[in-house]
Amino acid sequence: MTASTPYDTILIGAGMSGLAAGIRLAQFDQRVLVLDRHYLWGGLNSYYKHKGRRFDVGLHALTNFVPKGTRGRPLTRVLRQLRIPYDSLRLGEQRGSRSVVGDTDLHFSNDFELLRSEVARQFPSQAAAFDAMAHELETLPFDVPEGQESARAYLTRHLGEARLVDLLLLPILFYGSPTPSDVDFPSFLVLWKSLYEEGFARPAGGIRPLLDALRARYLELGGELRMKAGVAEILHENGRTQGVRLDDGTEILSERVISSAGRVETLSLCGETLASTYGPEHAGRMTFVESTTLLDQPAPDLGWTDTIVFFSQGEHAIYEEPQEAVSFASGVICCPENYADQVPESEGVLRLTLMANAERWKAMTDEEYVAAKEQAWAKGLETVSLYGPDVREQVVAKDAFTPRTIEHFTGHLNGAVYGCPHKDKSGTTPLEGLFLCGTDQGYLGIIGAMLSGVAMANRHALLPA
Amino acid sequence: MTHEEIVQAVKDIIHTIAPDEEIGGLNLTDPLRDQIELDSMDFLDIVMELRKRYGVQVPEDDYKELATLQGCADYLAPHLADHELVTNA
Repeated sequence: MTASTPYDTILIGAGMSGLAAGIRLAQFDQRVLVLDRHYLWGGLNSYYKHKGRRFDVGLHALTNFVPKGTRGRPLTRVLRQLRIPYDSLRLGEQRGSRSVVGDTDLHFSNDFELLRSEVARQFPSQAAAFDAMAHELETLPFDVPEGQESARAYLTRHLGEARLVDLLLLPILFYGSPTPSDVDFPSFLVLWKSLYEEGFARPAGGIRPLLDALRARYLELGGELRMKAGVAEILHENGRTQGVRLDDGTEILSERVISSAGRVETLSLCGETLASTYGPEHAGRMTFVESTTLLDQPAPDLGWTDTIVFFSQGEHAIYEEPQEAVSFASGVICCPENYADQVPESEGVLRLTLMANAERWKAMTDEEYVAAKEQAWAKGLETVSLYGPDVREQVVAKDAFTPRTIEHFTGHLNGAVYGCPHKDKSGTTPLEGLFLCGTDQGYLGIIGAMLSGVAMANRHALLPA
Repeated sequence: MTHEEIVQAVKDIIHTIAPDEEIGGLNLTDPLRDQIELDSMDFLDIVMELRKRYGVQVPEDDYKELATLQGCADYLAPHLADHELVTNA
């Protein structure tokens, strides 16, 4: 056992929130150490190479898109706090997306007027009610207190029409709900603004340039980053944080630790007494199988013109943990080529995200697992052809990740992408000096993750006590 | 530093944290928040940069003194009398 020099702050997890928090602290000369068990940074938004091809994980869209110079919005606020120039992201806006429930579809883009006109076209009797609701949502601040009413109850109260409620809710659920079929109002508001009022964009080149820029900025400011350095235990005495012990037994001391591992996961590192205050039964269950299919020509050339399609085959917006390993009843199809200003690629890309049952995937033998992945991909692509041109003859490569992959590489229990249902913006824990950032805070998406890291670094490590 | 230099020091800091804002035309007496887009996170950054560049600690209760450039100059003058202006890199 060795003890090394103390750090002002140790950050657990080199994802978007941990790196953003690290940049903030290093910017103001704190001695910061970011630790991650994986060999690649990025956490839930990362990338990897497979058979010579690069695959992105997580990123369908950078939500919260606003044009350069827009004031007081999450994107511009987070960039300013991290001192990253807007233009360096080289954001390309979406061409257009749609939500499909049963046989009804609703198109939307970064221009809110399209959504408004689509509602008026499909649901003329609800047009005025929609306008009134949209106005109310626009004027609410980002951080409303948790109320009794859920997103579905709110939408139903305003709009009545069940199909319209489902069409509006489907993208919101898929892009951020930790709970089945519905989401709490504060998260709904954040998602409504980031998906519909603001919009979708993609950094040229995908997630990698953004991640590499964050990492480079952090290192340039003097931050320390250690990969393949998993935290096995958070050390504490008399209710105060003392540091961490790594998987290899090394102890690193610091009176402040900010963890992006998730609330349940972080407390499980603090010993049994604390772990039992918020056990694994509180972990989220919303997880996905996502496949990426590469095509022999660009997907737009094959007639695939949507940026993102959120679909639900039944009469309602289906968003729940399936009984079987994976469900084809609903999902999200993303064509990253349908963003403006993308670096032209010779191969086309389609990504399909489907709801999954983590326990089923974890119980499989390796052989069953490989077969199930193959089947999820094949049947998935068949499902994709219901919503656009059939590209099954054009496939040149593919890969998929599952709840098992997510849990293995990110440590999030059940591979729960949107964390546990109970969101807490304060970031505090029962331990003095131990704080949380990331997905269990209720900030959503890539920008939300970074904002969470920034906010927690500001509040718990920079503001005078 | 003179009052004028302190005003320049604060403007330099604002330029660092908000490079897209036009700081040339800032006047001394109107609240900074009314002249350019600065939120509470940005004010924290101004305070942090003052500490980093000049070693001045501004307690949270005194943030309100920094609302205008004139306020900054008045409040910071005793703290910065013995400091040289640090120019932006």
